[in-house]
Amino acid sequence: MKAAAFAYARATSVANALELLAVHGEKARVLSGGQSLIPAMNLRLVAPDVIVDIGELAELRGIAVKGETLVIGALTRHADLLKSSDIVKCAPLLGAAAAHVAHPAIRNRGTIGGSLAQADPASELPACMLALGASIVVHGPGGERRIAAEDFFTGIYETQLAPQDLLVAIELPVARTGSAHFFQEFARRHGDYAIVGLAAQAVLQGDRFADLRLGYFAVGDKPVLAKAAGKLAGVAITPALLAEASDALSHELDPHEDQQATPAMRRHLARVLLARCVASLLNRPDLNIGGRA
Amino acid sequence: MSPVRSNPERLSVLDRPNSYIGKTVPRPNLDRLLQGRGSYVSDMELPRMAHVVFLRSPYAHAEIVSIDAAAARRMPGVVAVVTGKELADVITPWIGVLSHLKGLKSAPQSAIAVDRVCWQGEAVAAIVATSRVAAEDAAEHVAVEYRELEAVTDMRTALDPATPVIHASLGDNLAFERVLDAGAVDQAFAGSDVVVEAEFIFGRHTGVTLEPRSVVADWDAAEARLTIYQGTQAPHMVQNIAALHLGLRESQVRVVCKDVGGSFGIKVHIYADEMATYALAKLLRRPIKFVADRVESFNTDIHARDHRCRGKIGVRRDGAITAFEIDDLTGIGPYSMYPRTSAIEANQVVNLVGGAYTTENYRARARVVFQNKNVMCQYRAVGHPIACSVTEGLVDLAAMKIGMDPVEIRRRNLIADDAYPCASPSGLRFEQLSHHASLAKIVEMMNYEALRAEQVALRKQGIHRGIGIASFIEVTNPSAAFYGVGGAKISSQDGVAVRLDAQGSVICQTSITEQGQGSQSLTAQIVGSVLGVSMDRVRVILGDTDMTPYGGGTWASRGAGIGGEAALQATKILRKNILDVAAVILQSTPAELDIIDNAVVNIGDGAPRIELDELARIVYFRPDTLPPGIQPELMATRHYVPREYPFAFTNGVQAAWVEVDTDTGFVKLLKHWVVEDCGTIINPQLVDEQIRGGVVQGLGAALFEKCAYDDRGQLTNANMADYLVPMSGEMPDIDVGHVVSPTRESELGAKGAGEAGTAGAAAAVANAVNDALQPFGTTITEIPLTPQVILTALGRI
Repeated sequence: MKAAAFAYARATSVANALELLAVHGEKARVLSGGQSLIPAMNLRLVAPDVIVDIGELAELRGIAVKGETLVIGALTRHADLLKSSDIVKCAPLLGAAAAHVAHPAIRNRGTIGGSLAQADPASELPACMLALGASIVVHGPGGERRIAAEDFFTGIYETQLAPQDLLVAIELPVARTGSAHFFQEFARRHGDYAIVGLAAQAVLQGDRFADLRLGYFAVGDKPVLAKAAGKLAGVAITPALLAEASDALSHELDPHEDQQATPAMRRHLARVLLARCVASLLNRPDLNIGGRA
Repeated sequence: MSPVRSNPERLSVLDRPNSYIGKTVPRPNLDRLLQGRGSYVSDMELPRMAHVVFLRSPYAHAEIVSIDAAAARRMPGVVAVVTGKELADVITPWIGVLSHLKGLKSAPQSAIAVDRVCWQGEAVAAIVATSRVAAEDAAEHVAVEYRELEAVTDMRTALDPATPVIHASLGDNLAFERVLDAGAVDQAFAGSDVVVEAEFIFGRHTGVTLEPRSVVADWDAAEARLTIYQGTQAPHMVQNIAALHLGLRESQVRVVCKDVGGSFGIKVHIYADEMATYALAKLLRRPIKFVADRVESFNTDIHARDHRCRGKIGVRRDGAITAFEIDDLTGIGPYSMYPRTSAIEANQVVNLVGGAYTTENYRARARVVFQNKNVMCQYRAVGHPIACSVTEGLVDLAAMKIGMDPVEIRRRNLIADDAYPCASPSGLRFEQLSHHASLAKIVEMMNYEALRAEQVALRKQGIHRGIGIASFIEVTNPSAAFYGVGGAKISSQDGVAVRLDAQGSVICQTSITEQGQGSQSLTAQIVGSVLGVSMDRVRVILGDTDMTPYGGGTWASRGAGIGGEAALQATKILRKNILDVAAVILQSTPAELDIIDNAVVNIGDGAPRIELDELARIVYFRPDTLPPGIQPELMATRHYVPREYPFAFTNGVQAAWVEVDTDTGFVKLLKHWVVEDCGTIINPQLVDEQIRGGVVQGLGAALFEKCAYDDRGQLTNANMADYLVPMSGEMPDIDVGHVVSPTRESELGAKGAGEAGTAGAAAAVANAVNDALQPFGTTITEIPLTPQVILTALGRI
């Protein structure tokens, strides 16, 4: 299990990284934290000719609040998300999710930009981006552009990123007053990829949801912003209504089959998560009706 | 301290003052390992050493039409590309059968496949290069044309007439069958109030050692000698087999086994790729290194436990178990493994089912079939987890049917502690077991009644917890009955040589091996205690066929019980020899002297008479001062093998406390208890950690581990992300208690402890899950107990 030979270039600036990517195109791969790319190379699942290492680009690292926007540099590591007071204040969902990303050794190296660019449908952060309404900031040959998270993820390991593009940052709206979040995933062991997971962001108004965004992951080839959430916003929620939303969720999801679960099991677990999420956010234990929701 | 003993005759050598026996002392090799100074084969570099990578079949069953290695041979750094046909000139094939397993058959297996591959992962060519990466690069340029053949994958249809026969010369796919009928089973079932049947399904899994299998083979053409550096549990077995198939005398083969990064039975076998590595060293006349990578470890390290076993139990209303019956089926891959064979596991299942209970009515059939999957063979606790899960699962099902508490039904049926010696219906002879004492102890440790009350209270809140109990027996200290009688040249005896050096320290060479169990520690503890020297003066040498006495090694829970007794007996002789010399020097008699704290002392008042270093100085450098005719022997060697009992059975009981999330199917392990009886405990911490490590592997089987094959024989989860080993985050606290019934066959009294944890852990968890699910009217007899399995059983999906 040794990687095939490859050339290595350490980018000195974002502009330099873009130049390297422009030259090598699809033959190049960007190395960020290396937690997905390096194992794949060692297994010879991928064999890029050139590695463009962006690890030294300090300008891509860090978390900042700019007005009503939280900006997270692409090279910000999962461990940094867990430690950041800005995350706690402005996007606590991300902190809750980051705690579920693999193990400490991986969180110490893996980056948010790497995770989003990798677009593993079972990973936590892409679903958070959907729930939080994030914009993905990309630099490419045509300059800078922003892609809404809902459009960014296009399939398994597939995004809107072209081979010449570099993901540089994530922008999130700062959490509003009344915001609440819920994160839970079902994984066989701590740190494993989830069988099904839910990253939810809500705005509460009294005993109702003014807004509810449900970012499901590991339920298909990309993270899903569940439309069923719409049934639960702005109304008083009863077990019957929740069950109705849950049925809508079942219809909406088109989960895959793998060694951990059949599509039916994934649908069931997604329903369980919906009930747990709603019961928890509204502090209504009577709504925690499991898969019967 | 002046040890004055009023009645020294009644104290055994183990009860001597300053004894290390029964004490937790640090392992002598800890500092070395913790400081990163371990010496693993994977780290070894030798001059002119080349690396071999095996190109492995992507098909489960295929003809090899052609192999074109011309392009690969031209790649940079490539030394040779060798096919199975070419290697067959250097090494002969083998057949994994033993004569005492009557009817066991298998086909000749080659180091590298010739003409046909029989499982996905079987080697088809060896690429030897100056580095592993160069060899991997070249491997991509070896073009092999295959003609895919139909793969036999489902053990249930392996014997159907419509299923292809994997080895035509064998006539069918049946490797081995054993039937047993003891007592009057039909009558017993007829006389039962309740008869319960179930099919138990076990996931095929593997050992996943931290350090993969590793070999460096070094052929010295000048000396005509092969040195094999290998992480193995049985160096002399490797020596015998390598010599046999390379056409050498055993004296031409030296096997060196330094540190080993985990074995668990995985490294007690001879693998085709290891044989190929030995042969390549001889063929190419240079050192060759093979280190399995993780993917090929999953595809080629032996698998185990792939069983489907129908079980039946009869019980009367008063709880008396009337009979057991089983029909076990297991698929072992395309070859019976060499040299221990792949029939042992099923054979053990037949031997062990019902073995803890009094009923004499027992009928069993076991069938072992070939299939186009990786080979299966002995892995930690061979057969025990199957037998224990079937037996204990049936006992709980019976208890449930008659409405009896699981502890109570065991109390009424386990063999009484004063009924020994006795034998099981399958003919196993028990010297002294302690089922009832163990059960009583675990009930107390876990506060059983309080736990039951808690369970009832939580159920009202919709929290579903369960308690599972599993009694077990375990085969340890095997005599020649295990392998030797079947014709395998695998020693059941072990030897130890001890000598006093010129400064009063002790060098001890033992034939048992160390893979982390603490063989070195227990040997030093015994030698130090029996001789009367401090442990830091005892140096233990193991793992080298040139340097140690001949012996079996460390497997089947035999190191402490057999190697430990050899150490004890050798040290007794050395002690006697030292006291004889001391008596001459001191003009005393041996009976008046003792050795305590590295010095010869008066037995009566403990007064020091002569330090051991001074005694050694006189013996080695001034023998002229000794009286004429005195020739001291400061080295002694003794061997030991159990003769009276074929196996020293141990016993114990495990209990699990779990919570099942009935919405998600997830099981949380809350607590685990073990009480076991391994006889004399040499080092309590080592024993407890052996138990805990074993339990964790059993818990892996219960909840996580499974080699997932598709119907074309492809292993689909051959990586650490998809094959789920148990990890600390999911493990419960494991409390360990002991009952001590020493074997009287040896002076040491130690039985094995290495496999007890694995034997019963999965059974306890499965019973606990079923206990938790009682309100739902469903029972599950399949492991691993995945969320998918549990949700399906609950009808949730």
